[in-house]
Amino acid sequence: MKVPLRWLRDYVDITISLEELSERLTLAGLEVEAVERIGDWWDRSKIVVGEVTEVRPHPDADRLVLVDVRHREGPADQCVTGAPNLFEYKGLGKVSLKVAYAMEGAELYDGHQEGFVKTRLKRTKIRGVPSSSMVCSEKELGISEAHEGILLLPDDAPVGMPLADYLGDTILDISLTPNLARCMSVIGVAREVTALTGAPLRYPSLEWRTEGGPAGQLASVQIEDPDLCSRYVATIVQNVEIGPGPKWMQERLSRAGMRPISDVVDVTNYVMLEWGQPLHAFDYDKLVARAGGGAPTIIVRRAKPGETMRTLDGEVRTFTHDALLICDTAGPIAIAGVMGGMETEVDEGTRSILLESANFDMISIRRTTQALRLPSEASLRFGRGIHPAMAERAARRASEMMRVLAGGRIAQGMVDAYPRPARPITIELPTAQVERTLGIAMSTDEVVRSLQSLEFGCEATGVEGAAVVRVTVPDHRIDCTLPADLIEEVARIYGYDRIPETMMADRLPPQRGNRDLELEEAVRDTLVVSGLQEVITYTLTTVAREAALQDHDPLGSADQESRYLKVTNPITQERTAFRQRLLTTMLEVVSENLRFRDRVALFELGRVFLPRPGEQLPNEVRRLCIVLSGPREERHWLTEGGADVDYFDLKGVVEALLARLHTGRAEYRPADESGYQRGRTAHLWLGETCCGILGELSAGVRQRFELPARRIAAAEIDLEALLALVPTGWFVEPISPYPAVLQDLAIIVDEDVPAATVQSAVESAGGPLLRQVRAFDVYRGAQVPVGKKSLAFGLTFQSPGKTLSDELVSKQVTRILARLRKELGAEVRGM
Amino acid sequence: MLGQLDALEKEAMAALEAAGDEQALSAWYGAYLGRKGKIADAVKALATLPRDDRPAYGQRVNESKRLLEAAHLASSAALKQAAEEGAQRADQVDVTLPGRPTRLGHLHPATRTLRETCAIFAEMGFRIYPSRHIETDEFNFGLLNMPPHHPARDMWSTFYTSTPGVIPRTHTSPGQVHAMREYCPEPVRVVLPGMCYRYEQITARSEMMFHQVEGLAVGVGISMTDLKGTLVAFARRMFGPERRVRFRASYFPFTEPSAEVDMDCVLCGGRGCRVCKNSGWVEILGCGMVHPAVLRNGGYDPDIYSGFAFGMGPERIAMLKYGIQDIRCFWANDLRFLEQFS
Repeated sequence: MKVPLRWLRDYVDITISLEELSERLTLAGLEVEAVERIGDWWDRSKIVVGEVTEVRPHPDADRLVLVDVRHREGPADQCVTGAPNLFEYKGLGKVSLKVAYAMEGAELYDGHQEGFVKTRLKRTKIRGVPSSSMVCSEKELGISEAHEGILLLPDDAPVGMPLADYLGDTILDISLTPNLARCMSVIGVAREVTALTGAPLRYPSLEWRTEGGPAGQLASVQIEDPDLCSRYVATIVQNVEIGPGPKWMQERLSRAGMRPISDVVDVTNYVMLEWGQPLHAFDYDKLVARAGGGAPTIIVRRAKPGETMRTLDGEVRTFTHDALLICDTAGPIAIAGVMGGMETEVDEGTRSILLESANFDMISIRRTTQALRLPSEASLRFGRGIHPAMAERAARRASEMMRVLAGGRIAQGMVDAYPRPARPITIELPTAQVERTLGIAMSTDEVVRSLQSLEFGCEATGVEGAAVVRVTVPDHRIDCTLPADLIEEVARIYGYDRIPETMMADRLPPQRGNRDLELEEAVRDTLVVSGLQEVITYTLTTVAREAALQDHDPLGSADQESRYLKVTNPITQERTAFRQRLLTTMLEVVSENLRFRDRVALFELGRVFLPRPGEQLPNEVRRLCIVLSGPREERHWLTEGGADVDYFDLKGVVEALLARLHTGRAEYRPADESGYQRGRTAHLWLGETCCGILGELSAGVRQRFELPARRIAAAEIDLEALLALVPTGWFVEPISPYPAVLQDLAIIVDEDVPAATVQSAVESAGGPLLRQVRAFDVYRGAQVPVGKKSLAFGLTFQSPGKTLSDELVSKQVTRILARLRKELGAEVRGM
Repeated sequence: MLGQLDALEKEAMAALEAAGDEQALSAWYGAYLGRKGKIADAVKALATLPRDDRPAYGQRVNESKRLLEAAHLASSAALKQAAEEGAQRADQVDVTLPGRPTRLGHLHPATRTLRETCAIFAEMGFRIYPSRHIETDEFNFGLLNMPPHHPARDMWSTFYTSTPGVIPRTHTSPGQVHAMREYCPEPVRVVLPGMCYRYEQITARSEMMFHQVEGLAVGVGISMTDLKGTLVAFARRMFGPERRVRFRASYFPFTEPSAEVDMDCVLCGGRGCRVCKNSGWVEILGCGMVHPAVLRNGGYDPDIYSGFAFGMGPERIAMLKYGIQDIRCFWANDLRFLEQFS
């Protein structure tokens, strides 16, 4: 809402500085987002209102004229100008034109340069005639781009007055939250200024002069759907003369952000900006013609499905039953509160007006505005709600202004259909409740004073200590129905900044653990410590992107489409479906980053969204995704560089994570999963639960996600399954004071015997003294037959109670070897 | 005889001087101070001397022996030191070369700010309360005092989904009702962090997806002064003890009175700049006293209980704190950006 201060001052004196005013309004919820100053830079002694008294030909140039300008007592100044709008006065002798006059030394914008460049007025000669001053265009004053001619001021502009005083203004651009609908008007803002500063409010007069026959004989109103239209006021103004509105009104409209159109239309807009009540002017004679020459009947009703009308903007609109229409007996003439119809529009030939000042249901207006995509100043105000009492005030004010400014004659009275009059709202506000909410002791007097400053009617009742204020809500507000609404008003006027700061004294809630979140954070920390970078990606992707993760059906299927929760109004076609895997968006990040570096080590811990049959809301499941790619070591003077990370780097990270979570022994079962490379991929099993997959991505996935042709190791872990297996605690093992005995063991087994199988056999045969088994070498080649491999393990034996003898250890080893030979056909290669 | 000792001493010292390494030194020791060395010979010669001469000679031999032993010790030490110095010289490196790289991982800046935020509130007794991303229209709007077509719904541009009545939440506030229903009738102090979604064009200043941290305190006797105290404490912990904070009246359908909290602009210190749109203030969060209707929806009687709620955006907070100009940096996940949060 743009509020020109000059306009605001019509209703309330501004008794504080502009800065203070902006701050007070802002703190009270009317956020002043910008302050636009017009003419604050005009030199008050050098740019003034002047009077052109004569326009004479230039002796030496046809396209220039000499003008005499009077701006103080004494002889007129002379200056040279090429302003075409002065040529018509050339040689007419004495004239009186009010202009903006700038004298030598004044700073102005250069009218002949592109854009706005300031220049200082100097004494010079123009085609032989000395000139040190000028009459100014709007552009030179910085008011607009216009430089066709000079700015002509209203005839009553006082000669000699500094232009800054006459024309300068300050416009407050106020951002209004939806509850402040009442402030979408200059008077609405003035009310707040009154409450905040104590300066009295001056309402404009609602007196009007009517004559002739009663309006009720000239038109009638039928409201068929009173649920959507609680009041419809119509007045008739006859014999108006359509023409441009007065300069001052045009200027105020422009400064408030609206385009001047004609006197009658400008009045409807002016009164809307003044009071907040939108109005619509119909051409009354056109309505009469449509009614076959009789008095028209305005009918307010829901649209018939498929009904159409051509709106003011020339479009033909088709309505559904939701839309509320203003009709006459011949059909629709306007969309209620949204836009008028073209056929009954006011135009140059209009002589009489039927002025509509009505109250429409805000929800209906909002729906229609959204459905037709027709936001307007009117629908914006109706859509936030207006009190029906406003309709009458605005009708009187606008009719009278039309009479005065467009020369009309107002028919007596008004047609006022008001099927459901609004009842005054009273609220009982216990003073103690103000204190309970705000935390500050406030006297009943103080509460009453705050509310009265906003025109609430207040009556203090009840006894000392249990005082209750009976509050009547003023009839320009529809936002107050509860004590809480009033407490907010009290707090706003009191000032939020004056409320002290305390810490809660109430008892603490029962303490509850948050183990699940703590584990989630432990996962993040462990991965960060392992050198991985956390990323957070969009939870929205496309079904096609997710399908591209599969090698067997990379284009997806209709069936797949139906399994996703999708956004029906996406912001971009790239983000239409809620993801079911983290890998999809993760690979986008990988691909982006690999464009400017060769190594990534990333993880994301986030949610996927799995629709559940028979349930309204999807299952939101936490997953973990890890991706590693690129050289294991960065290029550095100390390292050889070379090898890329692979499955085992990834597995190392997973193992570290599982160790941190104490989930116990994990099993890595070879996996054949679409999108992953067979033979380099495993499922992660913890006991009976498969907790995810880790492996290297297939060439197909790499190609579809525009990834380089090098190993990309990825893990997708079901965090819910994993975290469910984390034990609540564990015990430490005592450290043995006796020395450990280390023994290496190399055996030859068939190529297809997994290392984990050998390890299990070693462990189970090793007995309690075998503390650790670790594979340290895998060898194929000389001395190992084809189809076989050599595996070497380092064994650690240790007893908690004694030093182990060599014989005892070798007895254990012999037993292990016997088991390996028997179960796996292993041969000893070395010890 | 004493003259011979003088000569021996001189000879030994000269030989010691010439012994350039450990081996020569050892040979020298054998030759002069060893069991069969020249000093031992000189001691043996004692027996051949007349009895009267013996004490003087004996004393002189002992002096020589001590002298040579001390000299040997010194030479040995010098030699050892020289050897060590040599070894060190051979082992020296260019200390200006870069160190062996340690790979550090980092948390995403959003996680980092979320943790920081939640930790500050945890100290004030607020527990983290997990909540859903996808909500029903009822929880996102209806139970928060916004029936269908309420004008305030315009404040949140909403995504709609293929399931009617189901939307990605536009704010974390639906969690308020979930938390109240779980805690009722106990007092509540929770923070609800999580992702929210808005139907907004992605620009340097706005995102379609962002985190929010909601806070909620419900109990007996909780008032607006507590709201102010709690949030001022948070702002100063997060941004520094000297920060100025102001509360400005605002509007949310689920709180009343409602406020927005501004902090003096971190960039210009309140003088006015591009970031604060020349106002000197930047908005950091929205808050208010829980609306009676919402308390009732959560199961609490508004005549007995009261509470406050607040909501803030960790990305916005991080932008202020780290001077991030473009909100798109967060989900673009460019490592050159992320790795700066070490």
